[in-house]
Amino acid sequence: MLEVDIRSKSFRTARGAELPALGEVGFTVAPGEFVCLTGPSGCGKTTTLKLILGLDTDFEGSIRRPSGRLAAVFQEPRLLPWRSVEQNVRLALPEELASADLTPLFELLGIPATERLYPGELSLGMARRVALARAFALEPALLLLDEPFVSLDDATAERLRTLLMSVWNARPTAALMVTHNLREAAELADRIVLLSERPGHVVKVVSIDTPRGARDAATIDRIVSQLRPRG
Amino acid sequence: MSTERLAVARATEALTVILSLAVLYGLWAGMAAILQSRELPAPDAVFAFLWNEAVNGELWLHLGMTLLRVAAAFLIAMAIGSAIGIALGRSRLADRLFDPWLILLLNLPALVVIVLAYIWFGLNEVSAIGAVALTKIPNVAVTIREGTRAIDPTLTEMAKVFRFPPGRLLRHVILPQLQPYFAAATRSGIALIWKIVLVVELLGRSNGVGFQIYTYFQFFDVRAILGYSLAFVAVMLLVEMIVVQPLERQATRWRKRDA
Repeated sequence: MLEVDIRSKSFRTARGAELPALGEVGFTVAPGEFVCLTGPSGCGKTTTLKLILGLDTDFEGSIRRPSGRLAAVFQEPRLLPWRSVEQNVRLALPEELASADLTPLFELLGIPATERLYPGELSLGMARRVALARAFALEPALLLLDEPFVSLDDATAERLRTLLMSVWNARPTAALMVTHNLREAAELADRIVLLSERPGHVVKVVSIDTPRGARDAATIDRIVSQLRPRG
Repeated sequence: MSTERLAVARATEALTVILSLAVLYGLWAGMAAILQSRELPAPDAVFAFLWNEAVNGELWLHLGMTLLRVAAAFLIAMAIGSAIGIALGRSRLADRLFDPWLILLLNLPALVVIVLAYIWFGLNEVSAIGAVALTKIPNVAVTIREGTRAIDPTLTEMAKVFRFPPGRLLRHVILPQLQPYFAAATRSGIALIWKIVLVVELLGRSNGVGFQIYTYFQFFDVRAILGYSLAFVAVMLLVEMIVVQPLERQATRWRKRDA
């Protein structure tokens, strides 16, 4: 169980002024639950994620992470360009999974099994698939995704969403995805946490009861309209 | 480009180099023939001298000693310079404290360092190699400092999230990013170091190419001076072709695949 209880977070400018970034942000993600964190741009979604990832520890409040491994898919693929695709995935693995067979995962995600393939030879969509493979390969207890489908064309983004769901369904884990795309959130999430304008605090939590497979366009429209500010 | 056209382009390039060298050789031989002076010996006289030195073993002793000093000074300068460069690139405080030292050392003539090293630490091998290394350390440190500052923080974050152990982080994330800076430091380093090694040999050693050049200078024997210089230039070109370039190709092979 991921328990986020942020009281406040602020940055210091070069001149020493305090710049509030987050207000009270509290929510949980249960094992096997897919939660989307959304809100207007600049509201602190990525900052929240950085705090959860432990990349920034300077904030008021507390975060309890589930015991087990942590994996992330960043906005940019963040692959090591000087290592092959397979090495990129293997390097992220802990000792006990070092000799794991990656073929099924690569097949599921449609990544070419060529041994000497380097990230520089991949399209952005393919590089994102490799970033997904790297995150799933280490069988995480908590998966964090930061707008993993941004700046892709609609068709590619849709295909990747489907792939994400099929690898996640194969081994459901606590997952938190940051996105500004409300339709994407409505399509994928079990629960949506909506943040306010900066400094972000939780304004609404929407639970979605309709199973993912059964959500048609009308259902998604209805969820999206719940998230939109009135007026 | 097709492989055939590539081969033609390579052959043309090689031919140009050979032609250019042939012209230089022709100019030298022509000038020597016209002047008929001991101060500008003909190329074949120089090569005859080299052959003689090679047969009696003198050449190998002096080339070998100089090459050993170059290698030792280079390794020491790279190791210490890189460590300093990485430290300065990572810590603002360290950089502010030691940057003035670096600037001072960068502007200190190599000759001063050598003379002081010989006076303070004696006319021995340690002073000689230490002095050469010391003149090169600031250059390495400055280059590696720039490299360290250019390290991509997003990849370091990724490695942190995926809990890369320190060795893996260094080998697969940090060092590949520093590699171009190491290559630059190596290239300028070897070129600079071998010239300075000749000076330390001239001032305080009793073997090596620098010592031989000094000895023959006293007899105004240009034939020997040119012979030893050419021989050592040839050795350094070989080092470049056999060691430096293959290492660089190995380290940057992933880059050629970029479409």
